[in-house]
Amino acid sequence: MEIPYTVEVRRDTGLTNGKIAIWLFLASEVMLFGALFASYILIRTGAEHWPRGDSILNVPMATFNTLVLISSSVTMVMAWASLVRNRFGTFRLYMGATILLGFVFLVVKYFEYTHKFHDGLFPRSNNFLAIYFTLTGLHMLHVLGGMAVNAYLWGPGAKLWKTNPTWFTNRVENSGLFWHFVDLVWIFLFPTLYLL
Amino acid sequence: MTSHHTTAEHGAMDHGADHGDIDKQVRIYIIVFVALMALTIVTVAISYWHLPTHLAITLALLVATIKGSLVACYFMHLISEKKLIYTVLLITVGMFIPLLALPVLTHSNGFWIH
Repeated sequence: MEIPYTVEVRRDTGLTNGKIAIWLFLASEVMLFGALFASYILIRTGAEHWPRGDSILNVPMATFNTLVLISSSVTMVMAWASLVRNRFGTFRLYMGATILLGFVFLVVKYFEYTHKFHDGLFPRSNNFLAIYFTLTGLHMLHVLGGMAVNAYLWGPGAKLWKTNPTWFTNRVENSGLFWHFVDLVWIFLFPTLYLL
Repeated sequence: MTSHHTTAEHGAMDHGADHGDIDKQVRIYIIVFVALMALTIVTVAISYWHLPTHLAITLALLVATIKGSLVACYFMHLISEKKLIYTVLLITVGMFIPLLALPVLTHSNGFWIH
């Protein structure tokens, strides 16, 4: 059975089903991260003393990672725009760059984490580190998930471009919406964890 | 194809997906990219001023909100989306704000929890 409204938009909603689905998913993600942010506020306001993030965490590394993730958001939206312009080769370049930037983000995070572990700082060490590892760990899983989907669209999934370019463009747009959300979460994580 | 529009056709209406408009959008993406980079530097610079905690939190969240809005409006195309998406997001915001406000309200003056 063919999946309905992957290319055509529904008359009643004006949207494809895929787009509605990704936005509903993102709404649930807002609540997931929202619950963790609420926990962070609760723990922090309840603590007698709370360390400044920059006294424990590596701000230059995190700043670099913020710039990397913002750049990846731009390459992602440019990948989608390339398909709208009917330039598949350019799409491949931008999507490849997006995956590569995601990988750079993870490598920097790996060095950050191993440095903390080397110094004997673990999630069990204190509440600040518990919330830091939980929030950034969950965010990192989202980066991994987004990279997996983007890698599929860059590689085997790109075959769809030959048979149904509009459907493929819609898939890239939906994957992009997830990727931008991951960027958006980091935009709030960075100052709240590292700088305040 | 009389009763349906493709997203590409549809896009030409709501995302400006024809070539002239997409070129204009790409220029906007570049401007937003530069703005996001600059605001990231501003965020870090503010943290070096060592302002009082409340002011530092307010400023950091203000800059983060501006950055987040730029990503949502332009990269996620929320500036020209369909009504249903706005409805979904409005409900989400309606749930999200109490979720964040609850710990603050319950803690600040012990109004609900002692």
